[in-house]
Amino acid sequence: MHVNTRQPLVLGIETSCDETGIGIVRGRTLLSNTIASSMDEHARFGGVVPEVAARAHLEALGPALDAAVAEAGIRLEDLDAVAVTSGPGLAGALMVGVGAAKALAIALDKPLYAVNHLVGHIAADLLDANAPPLEYPTVALLVSGGHTSLLLVRDLTSDVELLGETIDDAAGEAFDKVARLLGLPYPGGPEIDRAAASGDARAIAFPRGLSRASDREKHRYDFSFSGLKTAVARWTEQREAAGEDVPIADVAASFREAVIDVLVTKALDACAQYDVPRLLLGGGVIANRRLREVALARGEEAGVAVRIPPLSLCTDNGAMIAALAAELIVSGRAPSTLEFGADSTLPVTQIQVAARDSGSEPRAAEGVPV
Amino acid sequence: MILAIDTSLGSAVAVVDLDGITLGEASSPNALGHAEIIGTLLEGALTEASVAPRDITHVAAGMGPGPFTGLRIGIAAARTFALARAVPLVAVASHDAAALSAFEADASGPIAIVTDARRREFAFTVYAGLVEKLPVRTTYPALAPRDDLDARLLSLALPANPIRRVDVTSISAGALGRLAGRMLAAGIAGDGASVEPLYLRSPDVTLGHAPKRVGV
Ligand SMILES: [Zn+2]
Repeated sequence: MHVNTRQPLVLGIETSCDETGIGIVRGRTLLSNTIASSMDEHARFGGVVPEVAARAHLEALGPALDAAVAEAGIRLEDLDAVAVTSGPGLAGALMVGVGAAKALAIALDKPLYAVNHLVGHIAADLLDANAPPLEYPTVALLVSGGHTSLLLVRDLTSDVELLGETIDDAAGEAFDKVARLLGLPYPGGPEIDRAAASGDARAIAFPRGLSRASDREKHRYDFSFSGLKTAVARWTEQREAAGEDVPIADVAASFREAVIDVLVTKALDACAQYDVPRLLLGGGVIANRRLREVALARGEEAGVAVRIPPLSLCTDNGAMIAALAAELIVSGRAPSTLEFGADSTLPVTQIQVAARDSGSEPRAAEGVPV
Repeated sequence: MILAIDTSLGSAVAVVDLDGITLGEASSPNALGHAEIIGTLLEGALTEASVAPRDITHVAAGMGPGPFTGLRIGIAAARTFALARAVPLVAVASHDAAALSAFEADASGPIAIVTDARRREFAFTVYAGLVEKLPVRTTYPALAPRDDLDARLLSLALPANPIRRVDVTSISAGALGRLAGRMLAAGIAGDGASVEPLYLRSPDVTLGHAPKRVGV
């Protein structure tokens, strides 16, 4: 089998949370970024329900595959490789993608790359045709409903270090929980944003989690949002107990500011400590305009260039998974073996899963007699 | 050439020709680890059969019932394989394949195929026998508390004709493929691509309560 190692044509499958993503790239060129979301099905539960998400993946996969191939204008036989998210994420959801990807790779007799979802978020940036090439090293801040991670990326395919991550709720989850507290619907991010528009971000001094001097030793780059959520609950309860109206706009704006302040402060601290004048943002919470504004403004003050890929590439998607695999192929990495599974807690340092030894025998399917 | 995949209990893959002969088969009894092993089994069955993926003309998917997380992996693999090769998918109830195996061993009916459904329940389906080499269901796959199953089967049986209980811990992918071939020949295979898995249970979710107070 001949694999184009300069501009590989790769199909990526992403099913780690509630988006069924099928992406197709040729090297760093995006050909399709097809996403089917089950978000609406989770709305009445106030958060992603793993079994609901997994069922939705199974139903969405086939149609999304067809749509992606049609949009990219390719034939599946033309692919150089198949890529899939192995983790981290919801185990039952990930497994749907893993099963599909293995069958696709075997049916087409193509190499398979099992990759890390978080590193995929960084690879998404490569597909932004309007941006200059990503430079290394860069600090990356990934914020979504499922993760809040601060990474130091020295090389996308070989050297990604975890500086810190949330020790309880993800930032997106905090938005959902506080929205619910304020009687706002799911998903909380856009709702908090809307409510905050007319509010005063300095009205209430909500705590900045893990930001005390005493936290610097152990949790310098870690995040915690559960205390903030509790503080919001306590503050609104006290108001209600005193018979006063809760100023939802001010609460929303002050809460949002507390989240954003911690995220941006820690990210820029990391840039300063590691002497890296570059910060890359990723993850669905990047849709929050205030977060983008604060990151850009404070980045400029600190002399840090802030990169923000288009939102369609920031939310979970298959194109970023395909893009990461394409980089692995270009840098000469061997494909994964067939034995990997879903790893819900896959560490970010493991960029590719189950990579076979470069010198090992090609897998049996290649030798199948006809 | 039919590729049959079932992960409703363990994981099983077979390549079966249109005459019903199993050419290659690979399986694992493990009730977990379906995602890890499915690729190895697909390759193993194809290799043993000396059949290339492009020679597959149909894919048969075992639709359950079975524990959801594992069940879905085989269905995802089957649907994707069929899509990749642009061949039809035949959806087969996994219990139907087990019934075929059971009647091939002992043709007397009626029988109940009984599988573990976890949470102290069994999944069961009652079959009258084989008609034109196809198992004939007399009940839809359903769940019953483990302790109640025998009473349920008694209530479903005619007094003179008790239901023989067949407890099954693995599904033969060979039988699944053979059954799919017979369904195709009989013109009752339909379009399996959009058939839903036999989950038999709703997702375990409850609507959230009002936020609880944290105390003032
Ligand atoms: Zn993500």
